[in-house]
Amino acid sequence: MAIVAQTSRAGRISRATFAWIVALIFFFPIFWMVLTSFKTDADAVKPEFLFFFTPTLENYLNMTENYDYWRFATNSVITSVFATLFTLAVGIPCAYAMAFNPSRATKDVLMWMLSTKMLPAAAVLYPMTFLTKNFLGIYDTHFLLIIVLSLINLPIVVWMLFTYFKEIPKEIIEAGKMDGVNTWGEVKEILIPLAWGGIASTALLCFIFCWNEAYWTVRLTTTEAATLSKLIEGNRAPEGLFFGRLSAVSAAAVGPIVVLGWFCQKQLVQGLTFGAVK
Amino acid sequence: MGRIVLEQVTKSFGETQVIPPLDLTIEDGEFAVFVGPSGCGKSTLLRLIAGLEDTTSGKVIIDGEDVTQVSPSKRGLAMVFQTYALYPHMTVRKNIAFPMRMAGIPEDEQNKKIAAAAESLNLTDYLDRKPGQLSGGQRQRVAIGRAIVRDPSAFLFDEPLSNLDAALRVGMRLEISEMHERMKTTMIYVTHDQVEAMTMANKIVVLQAGNIEQVGSPLDLYREPRNLFVAGFIGSPKMNFIEGDEAAKHGAHTIGIRPEHIEVSSDAGTWSGVVGVSEHLGSDTFFHVHDTGLAETITVRAGGEVSFKHGDRIHLTPRQDVIHKFGPDGLRL
Ligand SMILES: Nc1ncnc2c1ncn2[C@@H]1O[C@H](COP(=O)(O)OP(=O)(O)OP(=O)(O)O)[C@@H](O)[C@H]1O
Ligand SMILES: [Mg+2]
Repeated sequence: MAIVAQTSRAGRISRATFAWIVALIFFFPIFWMVLTSFKTDADAVKPEFLFFFTPTLENYLNMTENYDYWRFATNSVITSVFATLFTLAVGIPCAYAMAFNPSRATKDVLMWMLSTKMLPAAAVLYPMTFLTKNFLGIYDTHFLLIIVLSLINLPIVVWMLFTYFKEIPKEIIEAGKMDGVNTWGEVKEILIPLAWGGIASTALLCFIFCWNEAYWTVRLTTTEAATLSKLIEGNRAPEGLFFGRLSAVSAAAVGPIVVLGWFCQKQLVQGLTFGAVK
Repeated sequence: MGRIVLEQVTKSFGETQVIPPLDLTIEDGEFAVFVGPSGCGKSTLLRLIAGLEDTTSGKVIIDGEDVTQVSPSKRGLAMVFQTYALYPHMTVRKNIAFPMRMAGIPEDEQNKKIAAAAESLNLTDYLDRKPGQLSGGQRQRVAIGRAIVRDPSAFLFDEPLSNLDAALRVGMRLEISEMHERMKTTMIYVTHDQVEAMTMANKIVVLQAGNIEQVGSPLDLYREPRNLFVAGFIGSPKMNFIEGDEAAKHGAHTIGIRPEHIEVSSDAGTWSGVVGVSEHLGSDTFFHVHDTGLAETITVRAGGEVSFKHGDRIHLTPRQDVIHKFGPDGLRL
């Protein structure tokens, strides 16, 4: 017994140490970024000032005064919120139909949806910009971003919701039918309350993906609908002259999502490990 | 009202036909039991009536109205599932109220009905619990309560008692029979337990591989089984079947004699054999008799006080008036 206890204790300590090392490696760039955001651009590039410097808020003030941080942030909120809502509005009925009224093609449709994620985004860059700019005239609008972000996230959202819905016993939905509920009632009265945990974590993940999306948000916007990703991109200088400024912008862009993630940590972990319905 | 008619109904899942063309009428107020071995299509048939499965062809008619294309929610039937299928996120009260809420019944009327149902099902103390906090028997009562309050034209039960222990099962069986006596509403009850079928039904429908083997009252089926399958399925323990010379004496291919229709004696009788296993139930004793030269085992019922040992030679005399005769095609002669 003693030996077992000892080895497991040693195992625990080494595992903990390992976890800490990994966490620190992951955390370091963010820590470094936050630190840099309080340095002047001049200090930022000097290695000897890594930890010892005179902190300044100049970058942050500069950002809100000169770059209109709040407009970018508002755009990020608008596009992410509406894209998430739209994705759920389409994804919930879709996953519901596939989970409770499967046809022979259901499995194939699910696979096909996931396979669209394998298409390299760069491959459709030209048609996307050309069509939206010259044909549809929706380039650089919230509408376009909402649609694009929704489409990007739909496969994963449907897939996740499908997995959650599958865990609901079929009889419960059938009991609902016998009790006189129509299809919308089944979704509203039975499905959503029962899969609430799964839907919430799916929504959260979708929101985070939308917020962090950079490839399309940078390329399909100029000013009107530009999000925080675009703001970061705009402050990127190849020579690395404005590290302080860039760090401040980046920290302010990831800040809200980190806070959100922090508060919803439990929900997210529970949701992502599945099996949270019963 | 609840007269249910199936006309030439069939059901296939993909290529496999589970229900071949089938006609059946269940009269208003009847307690019909579908009974048959596992996989014979009982649940499928019930679900076709409920509308939870679409018919492949044929018609389902309720009270003269063709409901084949009508959704389950509009057929006015209530169903009780084997797995209870309660809404886990609602309290017992909300579960029972749910169908009424969906039907738009005013709240004070809902409350009256809930109170009455809870009273008759002994659920009054549990109304504010969630289903997860109830025992199996209580859950099944909630499911029945949820079915009662909406005054359906017929109740459908799919093996509602098979998840309960034996004692509870007998109790609930009586409660459901009682409920039927009181309400006189049509009930269709699926089970694979022929004792449930015999004790509860006005009308038993014996199914095998989707075919109706016989329809009739419990005693009809017991006294005049139409074929070997029904003869073997109805009655417990099973009817003894004897083929060969002994059957030929009665001018049949197979004869059947129930265990309770054979006299046992230690000194004289028509047949004789050696006692194998004896099962003492107190009121009755069942002897499994070997080496009779008729069939591998002959089961006989004797009184509870009759006692033979393993290996004893005993004599058997069948009651001539209740010997069932079957032809080579398995049909009753
Ligand atoms: N959704 C389905 N897809 C394919 N085959 C099915 C489906 N549902 C039922 N079956 C088949 O139909 C036949 C009848 O099934 P059913 O559930 O009606 O049997 P049952 O008499 O209720 O049996 P049990 O007593 O075990 O509940 C079975 O052979 C089963 O495999
Ligand atoms: Mg069944």
